[in-house]
Amino acid sequence: MMRRRVFLRILVSFALLAGMASAQNGNELRFCLRAEPKTFDPLKVDDDASLTIRYLTGGVLVRVNRQTQALEPELAHSWKLSKDGRQITFKLRIGIQFSDGSPFSAADVAYTMTRLMDPELHSSTGDAFRSGTGTVETRILAPDKITIIFPAPIIGLDRLFDQVAIMSSTASKKAKERAVLGPFFVAEHKSGDHLLLRRNPNYWKKDRSGRQLPYLDAIRLDIQPNRDVEVLRFRRGELDLINAIDTEYYDRLAASSPDVVHDAGASLDTEFMWFNQVANAPIPSYKRDWFRSTSFRRAISSAINRDDLSRVIYHGHAQPAVGPVSPANKFWFNNRLKVESYKPAIALEHLQNDGFRLRDGVLHDKDGHAVEFSIVTNAGNKSRERMAVMIQDDLGRIGIKINVVTLDFPSLIERIAQKFNYEAAILGFQNVDLDPNGQMNIWLSSAEDHAWNPQQKSPETAWEAEIDRLMRAQASAADPKKRKKSFDRVQEIVAEQAPFLYLINKNALSAVSTSVEGAAPVILSPQTYWNADRLTVHSTAQASR
Amino acid sequence: MNAARKLACVVVLAVCAASLAAPWLAPSGYAKQFREDPGSPPSRSHWLGTDEIGRDRFARVLYGTRISLLLAPAAALISTLLAAMVGGLAGYLGGIWLRVATGLTDLFLSLPWLFLLITVRAVLPLNVSPVLSVLITFLILGLLGWAASARVLCTSAQSLRTSDFIVQARASGLHGSRLFFVHVLPNLKPVLYAQFWISIPVFILSEANLGILGLGVAEPLPSWGSLLRELEGLVSFRGEPWRLVSLLLLIVVMTSFQTLLSKEEVAA
Repeated sequence: MMRRRVFLRILVSFALLAGMASAQNGNELRFCLRAEPKTFDPLKVDDDASLTIRYLTGGVLVRVNRQTQALEPELAHSWKLSKDGRQITFKLRIGIQFSDGSPFSAADVAYTMTRLMDPELHSSTGDAFRSGTGTVETRILAPDKITIIFPAPIIGLDRLFDQVAIMSSTASKKAKERAVLGPFFVAEHKSGDHLLLRRNPNYWKKDRSGRQLPYLDAIRLDIQPNRDVEVLRFRRGELDLINAIDTEYYDRLAASSPDVVHDAGASLDTEFMWFNQVANAPIPSYKRDWFRSTSFRRAISSAINRDDLSRVIYHGHAQPAVGPVSPANKFWFNNRLKVESYKPAIALEHLQNDGFRLRDGVLHDKDGHAVEFSIVTNAGNKSRERMAVMIQDDLGRIGIKINVVTLDFPSLIERIAQKFNYEAAILGFQNVDLDPNGQMNIWLSSAEDHAWNPQQKSPETAWEAEIDRLMRAQASAADPKKRKKSFDRVQEIVAEQAPFLYLINKNALSAVSTSVEGAAPVILSPQTYWNADRLTVHSTAQASR
Repeated sequence: MNAARKLACVVVLAVCAASLAAPWLAPSGYAKQFREDPGSPPSRSHWLGTDEIGRDRFARVLYGTRISLLLAPAAALISTLLAAMVGGLAGYLGGIWLRVATGLTDLFLSLPWLFLLITVRAVLPLNVSPVLSVLITFLILGLLGWAASARVLCTSAQSLRTSDFIVQARASGLHGSRLFFVHVLPNLKPVLYAQFWISIPVFILSEANLGILGLGVAEPLPSWGSLLRELEGLVSFRGEPWRLVSLLLLIVVMTSFQTLLSKEEVAA
């Protein structure tokens, strides 16, 4: 009898312990970071993992709604931009506290901006605010009102504050990174293994019914660079979501559990090809003449079957690209532009009009040189390698021989950006900024990232001079309609001149477990957890872990 | 020859024969893209299905095998000859030559191979045809892969130098290159053969490693390395065992090579 009682007590104790463990687990969302965050300082963020932490923990004055792409009030309930684009005045919400209990006021905004603009900090977030020489001035008009004055106008100034997580001016130096205004705070960090974010008890947001947000008790971020393992763990139910997933994994998951995968449509990401047009590049002069010819570039463009690239490589989870702006960018996309259709016969005709001749299945230029060039891309990126091989096949049909060369990334960058020792390249552009100002470094002929012919002292072609003028015009105009008109014309010139041959816009693919409620994946980053404060995880999913 | 060695010999010969007969066994070729049929399972027209851009996998396995099995021995021959020159001569001559050769082999063995190969590959001209790229890849492997063999040959040559018959040959007035080519080199033959056979699978695997990184043989030419890249993403080929054929073939051929080597050769 005695033994039975002892056994029962032990059994009850185990049950209680199990119950406590389950309660500790609570309403917890789990997903993976692909690398260790380099910093927890929200102003020094420069990598994807740190960006995730900043998004989940940082409180911002205004936020770009990832679903509507509209700017919405957050810690500031209203704001006003000056006509000259140099000043912005925020009216702040009152009664808000940091996660450590200290009150939020205009002094914190002033502290954050001063620190952000400190050149010693080397903040890439701060770089977006550097409009001219001089210092940024902050004027605290009241505890809930602040004006920030910049030395020169900044176009799209208000949207830049989406990236600025406000820091506490009163917290001690060590506690500053932990005192946050976002829905979660970093409670635990085991280097190389995981991070645990717990709900911020002082988070200011409530839902419509008046319930305190966030709904989740915690978010566990496992550090897992291997995507196979990430997918396997997701399939086992150990993870609740995969923020961005490859086409192959997407299709496999869709085959077994179609309700967990989400295709949000064309993202802002673009894959493109371009030719080396640098005047003193170490390539044969006759090849440089081909590459500098607009009709040659356009002929190549129309000999590429973009529909096949999308269908075969991305299994339909990509759209043939139109130009530098994805159709997903609702405001800035030029609706008048159309996808370059696949017309190899017409491409060949255009080339023949330029003096090229097809002899024994090989295309020759007017001087008798066989048309052959190499396309470089980064090794390890299967989609790009496959695109190059398909383009090799497409161009082979009009007698052009392509040599596909895959290089490790540093070697590739050295060739395309320093030595200009390449002929054509395929790369992608991960566009996180909706505003065309984020592309100034690509379109200005003097820019370093003007890939086909960078750092020109003065524009070498009339159309590049026109793009320079239009980009500067849109950057200095305050009226969005005028800006749009200028940038629409830039997109048209790019379509006419084809310095970049835009190939496809990848779709935003993600996977979210059915146990997660409130998820509505979108095309803007972070696709799945942009509304993390309103997500919940079913208790059944928690129990099964 | 025991049964295992006979079987291994048959396997290697059969694989070589099949790869040489590729144009007849897989007439569609390794580069043709059946774009309406990408990633398809085995069928009458594609015995091992198609790859992600619709190329016949059976044809690619056969042609890839041909490349790996023909060029790896060529690279092994280059590396073994270099090893014989450096290691054999240094071991035979001794003194400063031995110290220099030991230092050189130590240096080559301590180099980070993968990074060195990547660097060498990166500085090569871009406009080379796929066939030339595959020749260059194996030539680089051959030119850079002699150090381990050289060390073995050096040790063997050193022991030969002090052996009775060499001492006797010297006493009979035989010196220099004649002594080396008439008495030393013939006695190094078993070690040279062993190093040659051992190097073949090593070079096949080295090319496979480069191929997995996308830095091996240029597209559209297949090799075992590029075929093995299909196996990236273990989760993605669940229920598609035909994708494992290239890996299976690599394992079978590697095992056959090891079985073909006698115990004495392995010990050497």
